[in-house]
Amino acid sequence: MSDNTAHGEPELVQLLAPDGELHDDPDYPLDISAEEIRGLYRDLVLVRRVDTEAVALQRQGELGLWASLLGQEAAQIGSARALRPQDTAFPSYREHGVAWARGVAPKELLGLFRGVTNGGWDPAEYGLHLYTIVIGSQTLHATGYAMGVQRDGATGEDGSAVIAYFGDGASSQGDTSEAFTFAAVNNAPVVFFCQNNQWAISEPPDRQTRVPLYRRAAGFGFPGVRIDGNDVLASLAVTRKALQQAREGQGPMLIEAFTYRMGAHTTNDDPTRYRASAELEEWKAKDPILRLRTHMQTAGIAGDDFFTEVEDEADRLGERLRAECRSLPDPDPLDIFHEVYAEPNTQIDLQRAEFADYLASFDDAGAEGGR
Amino acid sequence: MSVDLTIGKAINAGLRRAMESDPQVLVMGEDVGRLGGVFRVTDQLYKDFGADRVIDTPLAESGIVGTAIGLALRGYRPVCEIQFDGFFFPATNQTFAQLAKMRRRSAGALNVPVVLRIPYGGGIGAVEHHSESPEAYFAHTAGLRVVTPANAVDAYWMIQQAVTSPDPVVFFEPKRRYYDKAEVDTGASEAAAAMGSARVARPGSDVTLLAYGPMVKTALQAAEADTERSIEVVDLRSLAPVDYATVEESVRRTGRLVVAHEAPVTGGIGGEVAARVTESCFYHLESPVIRVGAFDTPYPQSRLEEHYLPDLDRILDGVDRAFAY
Ligand SMILES: Cc1ncc(C[n+]2csc(CCOP(=O)(O)OP(=O)(O)O)c2C)c(N)n1
Repeated sequence: MSDNTAHGEPELVQLLAPDGELHDDPDYPLDISAEEIRGLYRDLVLVRRVDTEAVALQRQGELGLWASLLGQEAAQIGSARALRPQDTAFPSYREHGVAWARGVAPKELLGLFRGVTNGGWDPAEYGLHLYTIVIGSQTLHATGYAMGVQRDGATGEDGSAVIAYFGDGASSQGDTSEAFTFAAVNNAPVVFFCQNNQWAISEPPDRQTRVPLYRRAAGFGFPGVRIDGNDVLASLAVTRKALQQAREGQGPMLIEAFTYRMGAHTTNDDPTRYRASAELEEWKAKDPILRLRTHMQTAGIAGDDFFTEVEDEADRLGERLRAECRSLPDPDPLDIFHEVYAEPNTQIDLQRAEFADYLASFDDAGAEGGR
Repeated sequence: MSVDLTIGKAINAGLRRAMESDPQVLVMGEDVGRLGGVFRVTDQLYKDFGADRVIDTPLAESGIVGTAIGLALRGYRPVCEIQFDGFFFPATNQTFAQLAKMRRRSAGALNVPVVLRIPYGGGIGAVEHHSESPEAYFAHTAGLRVVTPANAVDAYWMIQQAVTSPDPVVFFEPKRRYYDKAEVDTGASEAAAAMGSARVARPGSDVTLLAYGPMVKTALQAAEADTERSIEVVDLRSLAPVDYATVEESVRRTGRLVVAHEAPVTGGIGGEVAARVTESCFYHLESPVIRVGAFDTPYPQSRLEEHYLPDLDRILDGVDRAFAY
């Protein structure tokens, strides 16, 4: 391999070039229908719309915060569409595309960022664990879950596998290294999917590593591969293969999706303080949606009607999301005490009762004319 | 030279002065370099002191504290920024099992002058893990000094005292007060008070209201709002060790004590102070020590934090309870 820095021109698996041309890769055969390609395109566009709307909603004060996935749609949609219903994904906090593909309604994501919930959905229902904010933690959860899948004998050709999503920054956490170790020594059916979006808030990959991230896997004893993270087809094909190998007992694999965070880290962040705008321009030319569209047009997979249809659908989705967000009610104050323990807990019961009395005292005081 | 500074800028100015006067002082953490930290507390330090003294670390808290220990053993004075309270936990082993115990284990041969700066507390409408009050874990760990400023003057001096302390200091920064301003005399050669001392923030005669960090401002507002009782507000400043002399002197005069903090009541600093004051001031107390704090639940979603955090009304309700005896 030629590259020896974190930045070095990556050798990556790419099926769909930025100009929309499709290439075969003998290691990662792409078995996909025109219908499926149209589906992927639709996913990409709709997820981007969810993201754009959420950023706007944050600006309008409807959300406390939003972590934008702009630029990472292909990495997420491709990999998540490779999952089967019986698989389980462990996301970080930017995986809106993965959530979309797992069937979690976008409004559930908004709840977390609006501050009306601490989680939002039933992980078992969707095969998607809750968003995890403390960096890298979920890589160990995914590994343990995969060890359970393995123990249950739920693997095999039609069995289950697990995927863990994390960032380039997260690769520095001890938890992530420990997850690699546990997955390797147990040969666990887990795929580590690292979205190297080039920035961990203000820090570029050379503040995290001296070697390309995918090469880390070798030291732990499992394969690693770098893919063009803006190529939805490469993401799909490589993840499909990795998951299949995992479920068939060949152990973990690390996929580094080489991509770019086109927006700010979150709506609280100001990227102009640490990165040059020329970089953004360079990556805009590799936009994941544009290249798929170009390919579909030249290959005759879809015509103008289709693209207009998807655009209309995105408009309707955006409208619905705005309305849904505004109608998310504030929780009842006593919700603070709910679901802290599975069993009755006298300490919580006592505090809830005291607080309920305290709240009621304001109603009484109001009736009496205040304090 | 008096300047109007926010708490955030006061810490920045204090760090700058500490770095100017001692070339062994280093600043390290996630995003502290070019970005100047997510709260901009290290703003411009990277530009002026360079990447060798303002180190953007890999995203690894255990690594930050662990390597800071090593740097301190080699004679440096690392000031580590932990980006948010809820992200400290990966560093617990290095902090509690290593940093805190090293001096004692070496029978005093090793000093480990590491400062851990941790923005803490709620009230900023953040998502989960961004609003914790974990100070009791630290105060419970022997070998660590735990302090928290409540205003810009203290922030400016206390960070410098933390840096020069030979002991490991956990420096909690009240993040929702980062933008509160005060006049700071940055020309003075030394601080009027030591970071280990408590301070009477507002004199009063009927009840002592003890608070620290972000809660001091709320306590002062509560004292102001109460027109019937004369509330003395004491700002603890140091959570480990606690300046009991100042606290007890106040309680002996007022005869009542209410302790308010953002952290959950159970196992918190308030309970500790209550137990100690009950022992030492039993015959001066007109009522039991009252604790006002958060509930024993995880920090709630931000839309509920106004209910979770003690506010002026909750504090005055606590004062009412003290007067009910
Ligand atoms: C343990 C921990 N430390 C610090 C943070 C604060 N933080 C949130 S996101 C982030 C950068 C993460 O970068 P990366 O892993 O590359 O993921 P990306 O945000 O780029 O998707 C940091 C430092 C955190 N959430 N958890």
